[in-house]
Amino acid sequence: MSLLEVSGLSHDFGGVSAINQLSFAVEEGEVFSVIGPNGAGKTTLFNLITGIYKPASGRILFAGGEVGGLPPFALARLGISRTFQNLQIFFNMTAAENVMVGLHRHLDTRLLPTLFRFPSIARGDREAYQEARRLLDFVGLLDFEDAAADELPYGALKRLELARALATRPRLLLLDEPAAGLNATETHEIDTLIAKVAKSGVTVLLVEHDMKLVMGVSDRVLVLDYGRKLAEGSAVDVRADPEVIAAYLGHAGSTLAQPPSVSRKEPGAPPIDVSGEA
Amino acid sequence: MAGLWRRPDRPLARYRGLFVLALVAAILPWFLPNNFFLNIAILTGLNAIVCVGLNLLIGYAGQISLGHAGFFGLGAYVSAVLTVDFGWEPALAMLAGAVVVGLLAFLVARPILRLSGHYLAMATLGLGVIISIVLVHETKLTGGPDGMNVPPLRLFGRDISSERDWYWLVAAVLIVAAWLALNLIDSPLGRALRGLHGSEVAAETVAIDTARYKTRVFVISALFASIAGSLFAHYSGFLTPSEASFQRSIEFVTMVVLGGMASTYGAVVGAAIITVLPQLLTVFHDYEQVVLGLILMLTMVFMPKGLVPNLAVYLKRRLS
Amino acid sequence: MAEFVQFVFSGITVGAIYALVGLGFSIIYNASQVINFAQGEFVMIGGLTTAMLAQGGVPVPIAAAIAIAAAVVAGVALEKLAVEQARDAPVVTLIIITIGASIFLRGLAQIVFDRNYHALAGFSGEAPIHLAGATIVPQTLWVLGTTAALVLALAWFFGRTLLGKAILATSYNPLAAQLAGIGTRSLLLLSFGLSAALGAIGGILIAPISLTSYDVGVLLGLKGFSAAVLGGLGSSLGAVAGGLLLGLIEALGAGYISSSYKDAIAFVIILLVLFFMPRGLLGRRGTERV
Repeated sequence: MSLLEVSGLSHDFGGVSAINQLSFAVEEGEVFSVIGPNGAGKTTLFNLITGIYKPASGRILFAGGEVGGLPPFALARLGISRTFQNLQIFFNMTAAENVMVGLHRHLDTRLLPTLFRFPSIARGDREAYQEARRLLDFVGLLDFEDAAADELPYGALKRLELARALATRPRLLLLDEPAAGLNATETHEIDTLIAKVAKSGVTVLLVEHDMKLVMGVSDRVLVLDYGRKLAEGSAVDVRADPEVIAAYLGHAGSTLAQPPSVSRKEPGAPPIDVSGEA
Repeated sequence: MAGLWRRPDRPLARYRGLFVLALVAAILPWFLPNNFFLNIAILTGLNAIVCVGLNLLIGYAGQISLGHAGFFGLGAYVSAVLTVDFGWEPALAMLAGAVVVGLLAFLVARPILRLSGHYLAMATLGLGVIISIVLVHETKLTGGPDGMNVPPLRLFGRDISSERDWYWLVAAVLIVAAWLALNLIDSPLGRALRGLHGSEVAAETVAIDTARYKTRVFVISALFASIAGSLFAHYSGFLTPSEASFQRSIEFVTMVVLGGMASTYGAVVGAAIITVLPQLLTVFHDYEQVVLGLILMLTMVFMPKGLVPNLAVYLKRRLS
Repeated sequence: MAEFVQFVFSGITVGAIYALVGLGFSIIYNASQVINFAQGEFVMIGGLTTAMLAQGGVPVPIAAAIAIAAAVVAGVALEKLAVEQARDAPVVTLIIITIGASIFLRGLAQIVFDRNYHALAGFSGEAPIHLAGATIVPQTLWVLGTTAALVLALAWFFGRTLLGKAILATSYNPLAAQLAGIGTRSLLLLSFGLSAALGAIGGILIAPISLTSYDVGVLLGLKGFSAAVLGGLGSSLGAVAGGLLLGLIEALGAGYISSSYKDAIAFVIILLVLFFMPRGLLGRRGTERV
């Protein structure tokens, strides 16, 4: 049984089809990337899987259970976690606190014990702090544990969000353009980090533009175009697929995405785009 | 703003400020020359209890309420009516007031807290004003604008009537309220609230049921106001519906905002300043509103986080 | 039946004032996304200043002009000195700033004038007019007529003049407007000034009918806001419709159900609208752009 199974998924915005009869599966433990030109529906797909939108039709199954249309916090409880393209860091807290919030699901949050500070709460807090430190170390931010989040540089914040998402102890981690806004060195760091995450047993689904990152880190790749599946397979196979090359990659072997030509019609920005904007 | 972040492996540091508060409360009476000043201290304490609760809502959870005096007044009047017209024991009446207010807050929380920003402000304002209008017009029960008398508080078989007795009672309740608030803040639940404030979208993705938590905080802050209101009713001995007015709600918000949002001690400081100020300005009574308005505007423009957090940052910089 | 007509007249008369206040809210909200809690104070400034000056012997038209100017100054000052300083602040901050401004203006009025109620003579005397079975004062016609004229003028302004359209453009998309060369700063000042003038005129119109004092602004402001929310925040037509509707409901409710709870009606309406149809009657439909 695949960890994530999407079948016959369709979604539209006021008549404009964004996703059209999409079906694919993500196996447990792999790194699965979704690529495609601008307007191909990557963000829409992402928002559908993460509960921001309710699918117009089709099914999304997680570990065999129907999850299409569930709200984000329910998905988080099932073990699906995500990062945001436009950071959604808690800027009113320190780095460590950001990660500690991520542990929320595993901590005691009952009201009365909290108000009267039962020993279990205090113990939970200590343990949470230790785990937060471990996760910050995992992403290479341990030195910044006490720093206020609004003082950290962009690259560090991307890693912080990753740490926070990992704190929920997800089975499936969804990364929304993890390399957006990063330079070559930082992208390579994220690359290594993603591989590290996958190695620790977490399944990763990422949406990305940066070809180098995608080809380097993915086990399998899904190529979207106009909301439809254009190709699905291993990174090597997809890269060599002539249709993919024609639609997206430009001439063979190129790692640059071809800029959309004038004839390509963009469905337009969806009315509700919560890909990161609060 | 990272607030007063302390690593959780140093537990008692959290209560440091509470010890200071308790200390100040313990020695203050020696410095107060007569009952007039004790009275101001008691009123400050009662306002502070409301503000500590309101601060949880505004400062930590990032919501807003422009109608909290409604909960204060409602708690006060339930206490008053039950003890006067139905002969209830004051302590039980206070509990009943808390239940009524808590229930009301719970019922309106869900629809109201779905809104945000201005809409939330107006909804809470509307609720508070409706409560105050009801209190004015149900004259058979409440005595209307002319007010009603309230018997003294009886605890453990004894009337609490001297200023001294009231001072110690209010101080004790305030310390307990602050203790509860601090426990709430420095906990997974508290961090979830602050995360909710930081980014509601992100909070949802880490399994925080934002709607439920917002409701909880709203109800808790309403309960604090209700208890303070009930105490006020017995202390003052006389109630008018102006205790639930829009003006009163704005006063409470001013206290929280001035003293410091996301700071329990800031709420206490803010309550102290705004309660004491009109007393100092009795000579300039006419200027009270002008000053209050200016304080609000200037604080929000120049010190949006309030006094205590700004002071804390300033001191932290000085000492590092 | 005559009773009903009477209620209708008194309802739309006060409703017209709510409409003007609501329009003021709407214009400022459109321009800056700020709910101006001090809107009611502009009404107070208009009415009270005129009444006091008239009492001091100043001819009413001149007193009115001075009063409107005073309100405009207050409005522009509010924008420049307070709102602009906190441009990027969270909503809570802005709300508290305008609340502070309203308290400040009320306090100022207390000092400059006094705490008493004041009367203003009706513009065309007090001789009652009999219309459709109801008895109204001439001032009622002034209120309705002036409000109608103002609403039409504003409709023409926003719909047909370049300046008006610029303001609308700014409200739909400030960045695009700026990029198109529209001076958004000065438009913001204009919006505040315009709203203040509208409020002041409303205050002057209603003063002969209901007495004016330093704190009439509170309730009027809140009810004007209720009108704006009912009609749909951001829709000028909605504010007018909301105002008239609110005035009618109040008058009919007070007349036929209970007069003591008249003031509560506006707030119950706020809650009901916010709970069940936050966009109001005519608010901008469609999904919210996040």
